[in-house]
Amino acid sequence: MLTTTERAQTAVRARDVWKVYGSGETQVVALRGVSVDLQRGQFTAIMGPSGSGKSTLMHCLAGLDTVSRGTIHLGETPVAGLNDRQLTQLRRDKIGFIFQQFNLLPTLTAGENILLPLTIAGRKPDPDWHATLVATVGLTDRLSHKPSQLSGGQQQRVACARAMIGQPEVIFADEPTGNLDSRSGAEILTLLRQAVDRHHQTIVMVTHDPLAASHADRVLFLADGNLVDELHQPSPDAILATMKTLDVAASGSGR
Amino acid sequence: MIRATLRSLLSRKARLLLSALAVTLGVTFVAGASVLGDSLNRSFDRLFAGVYADTDVEVSATPKVGGAGGEQVAATVSLADLDRIRAIDGVASATGLVTADGARLIGSNGKTVPSLGPPRLGGDWTTMESSVRLREGRGPSADNEIAINAALAKAANVKVGDQVGVLTLAPKQTFTLVGIFGYPGGQDSLAGAQMIAFTLPVAQQLLLGEPDVFSSVDVKAADGVSNEALKERIAQALGAGYTVRTGAELADANSADIKEGLAFFGYLLNGFAAVSLFVACFLILNTFSIIVAQRSRELALLRALGANRRQMIGSVLVEAVVVGVVAAILGLALGVGVGALLARVFGEFGAGGLELAPLAVPGSAWISAFSVGIGITVLAALLPAVRASRIPPVAAMREAATPDRPLTTLTASGGVVLALGGVVLGLGLTGHAGGQELGAILGGVLLAFVGAALLTPLVVRPVAGVVGRLFAWSTPGLLGRLNAGRNPRRTAITAAALMVGIALITGINTVITSAKSSITRIADEQAQVDLIVAGDAVSGGMPTFDPAVLDRTAEMAGVTAVTGLYMDVALVNGERTYVGAFSDIAPVQGMFSLRSVAGDITSLVDGQLLVDDETASAAGLTVGSPVTVQLARGEPVRLVVSGIYARSDLVNGYVVPANLVPRFTVALPTNGFIQVQPGFADSVQSEVDSLLRDSPEVSVASRTEYIQRATASADQVVVMVQVLLALAILIAVLGVINTLALSVIERTREIGLLRAVGLGRAQTMRMITVEAVVIAVFGALLGLLVGTGLGAAVVRALKHQGITDLALPWGQMVTYLVLAVVVGVVAAVLPAIRAARINVLRAISYE
Repeated sequence: MLTTTERAQTAVRARDVWKVYGSGETQVVALRGVSVDLQRGQFTAIMGPSGSGKSTLMHCLAGLDTVSRGTIHLGETPVAGLNDRQLTQLRRDKIGFIFQQFNLLPTLTAGENILLPLTIAGRKPDPDWHATLVATVGLTDRLSHKPSQLSGGQQQRVACARAMIGQPEVIFADEPTGNLDSRSGAEILTLLRQAVDRHHQTIVMVTHDPLAASHADRVLFLADGNLVDELHQPSPDAILATMKTLDVAASGSGR
Repeated sequence: MIRATLRSLLSRKARLLLSALAVTLGVTFVAGASVLGDSLNRSFDRLFAGVYADTDVEVSATPKVGGAGGEQVAATVSLADLDRIRAIDGVASATGLVTADGARLIGSNGKTVPSLGPPRLGGDWTTMESSVRLREGRGPSADNEIAINAALAKAANVKVGDQVGVLTLAPKQTFTLVGIFGYPGGQDSLAGAQMIAFTLPVAQQLLLGEPDVFSSVDVKAADGVSNEALKERIAQALGAGYTVRTGAELADANSADIKEGLAFFGYLLNGFAAVSLFVACFLILNTFSIIVAQRSRELALLRALGANRRQMIGSVLVEAVVVGVVAAILGLALGVGVGALLARVFGEFGAGGLELAPLAVPGSAWISAFSVGIGITVLAALLPAVRASRIPPVAAMREAATPDRPLTTLTASGGVVLALGGVVLGLGLTGHAGGQELGAILGGVLLAFVGAALLTPLVVRPVAGVVGRLFAWSTPGLLGRLNAGRNPRRTAITAAALMVGIALITGINTVITSAKSSITRIADEQAQVDLIVAGDAVSGGMPTFDPAVLDRTAEMAGVTAVTGLYMDVALVNGERTYVGAFSDIAPVQGMFSLRSVAGDITSLVDGQLLVDDETASAAGLTVGSPVTVQLARGEPVRLVVSGIYARSDLVNGYVVPANLVPRFTVALPTNGFIQVQPGFADSVQSEVDSLLRDSPEVSVASRTEYIQRATASADQVVVMVQVLLALAILIAVLGVINTLALSVIERTREIGLLRAVGLGRAQTMRMITVEAVVIAVFGALLGLLVGTGLGAAVVRALKHQGITDLALPWGQMVTYLVLAVVVGVVAAVLPAIRAARINVLRAISYE
């Protein structure tokens, strides 16, 4: 059993998580009993080759997908078994999302997009936090612009601010730099790093880019639905080296 | 290429089916009109061919005034004429017949049995006997006996042995009903006509107004003489003033008369069809536009792989043709059903058990169904097809975001089309369209709609913004409002479909409301009459009453003045026109606030004539001018203009002296006007009411009651129009559903994102609903605006017809707006459920 302090330190806890798609001949096992604790205030990256189950893991942790077996806790809240209304509330109040495709609402301005999670919940933003956030992401003079008037990097910064505005328990980022050039990507990663360092934000990021993953405190490696390795405060080279062994293992296992 | 097109068509069955449904409804009406018309026409041809099968040649007198159309026959054939005909070589026999319209039976409820179009005939039993089949009792043999046809007996709820009242050229007379008859083939009536059989002298007196005359002569040809030859001989022998026709010609003429009446149903159905197809055009245009936009990457890929522009256009048009064919087939099938059903209903209730010809689908139904179904669909899809061909191949590589194209060209062309429509409409309404007034009015309205629709995208954002603010108190409301304004063209076309129906209703309603308001005001200002005797609802023919009522009313206590109005059509200096006569001319000036222009308008004696100033100047008449008047009976009379009055909306035209009334077709008054001393209105009204017991077609009413009753029928017209145009609104609802459904599919990812950041299912549904309501209310507002404009234009053009006020139907307009909200909510149900069911995970990883 975990102690109370350990529990308080854990933002996300997964135990023996299985995810199976389809049945019979077409059955695909995406996760094979993954157990992991993600620390509060830590920046965790999940890596792995295509088809390793890294996206599935994140979707399950974020309550976007149901697990076939096992339990997931977000803070004190068990995610499995929640109905749609409870899941919606969980996403609204405890989780932030950053997507590869930015996913801003084209009808709203940058400022309105940032505030969207709060307006949906009917909450007022903390004015200090809002000002700090807008300044941090460097969008003070672009708040009244529509997404179509912003560059990709700027759009993704709006998405970051949107994820952080409610100060959620966890932010899940799905390949946040995948659609950006290297300079814009680096800006986003710095932004995420700062959120962890300065504001004690918990972030979970799925990526296949070793350089991006090197910004994380901890990197988890997935292969064939299993958690196979992890690195702490790694360098890009170390990550690359681990990835290579996974690729070899993956091709060696006949995939 | 074709195969690729059909594949993508199959993958979008549902949304194309919705578009096809709209076209199907239109085609249903087109085909239904065709089948109904064909079925009834053939049935009536058969009927009349049977009725006149035994008639070789028929002779009748040409009416002196003529052309009144379905009025009582006043021109007669005398006994002397009958003898002349019998003397003609080749005539085997000649029988004088009496048949005339205007014999109204009073049913068991004390009211005359109404007719919705078929004539109410009276005739003599002796000549009818051989062609009818007695069902019960016997034919009339005494002057106080009648027999009637079975359909009439049923409608009047009378049976053999009853004492029944009949109105004819004379006031009510009571007869004993001695027989009920039907027709060969077990029919209760001939094409719905009512028939009362009298003895010959009674028929002559009551139906023709004179003894020893006939309405026509049935001539049998001697052996070896053809009908045509006999007709020629008789026409030659009798000279001018007679109409001679063979049995076949009579059958054709009668059938043609009825067909002309029936054509109205065809126009009505084709009118629905036109409106629904017009609205369907918007729906198809929108569906194909959205599909092309959604497929732009796929289409660009085809372009990149080497497909040329023509192939792109072809690929979209092939889809349109398939949709059109499906719609045409469904519409034709439904139309045949609708047409057959309507024919049966009409035959049963409108024509008293008309024996229908076997159902057939005429070639015209096939042709119209397919040409309309495919034509409309392809026409509406043409624009999206051209747009598809303009997608650059590089779009395959880009994000599928289609940038907003500027609306300048669209707006400019919309303005031009709207202005053009206004001009054409104006020309039509003011009668400057060179005889094509109806065409100009319809074309003008059509152009105005298209122009307004083209202008609509420009105002979508501001209007949707304002309308949406009503719902913007919640986040879903705000998002819905923004979504409604994000694609102005799409919203505009969807709303325009709704606009058409609501604009038509509002326009018609505006005209009717204005007319009502004008009538009320004119009557209030100009009629200084306390009580009015007038016919109830129009039940065919002109309601009349016993002139004795006027004399007895004049003797009542408290009555200061009474006059009765007689109306007929006459030839005045050779021109057909309405003429009137008052039983007492003296109070008329005061009663109708008439202004004297020249001469004396308060007296009118034998040989004199009054006329209004406008008619006088048009005909070049002044006081002292001689005028020749040919009334329905007798020889022309010469009258001298003795007074000219200023034309008013209530009294206008020629007024002849009361001594000429016996020469009118019907020498009975149609209206009575009564002035009373203060405080006597109620007592006089109830006394007159009891006097009118034997004149069930009219009643006495106070001025206010009369105006209410006169305008009440206008309200019925409004209700009917609303019911008819409900179809256009139904199609518009389909359009809103379609647009929303396509938008939900298009925004799957966006909705997924909203759900991911915490938008609940109920909130998602509310967002879609607000978007639908904003679109619907926007369409309704446009419709109200355009409809009011059209209505105002018509009212202006009708100024000379007495519609001088412009009054808007505010109550109904508010109702339509509320209806639009309901339409929006209803249309949103399915798309909203679909949006709420979107799987969040799949939506955000959706490509």
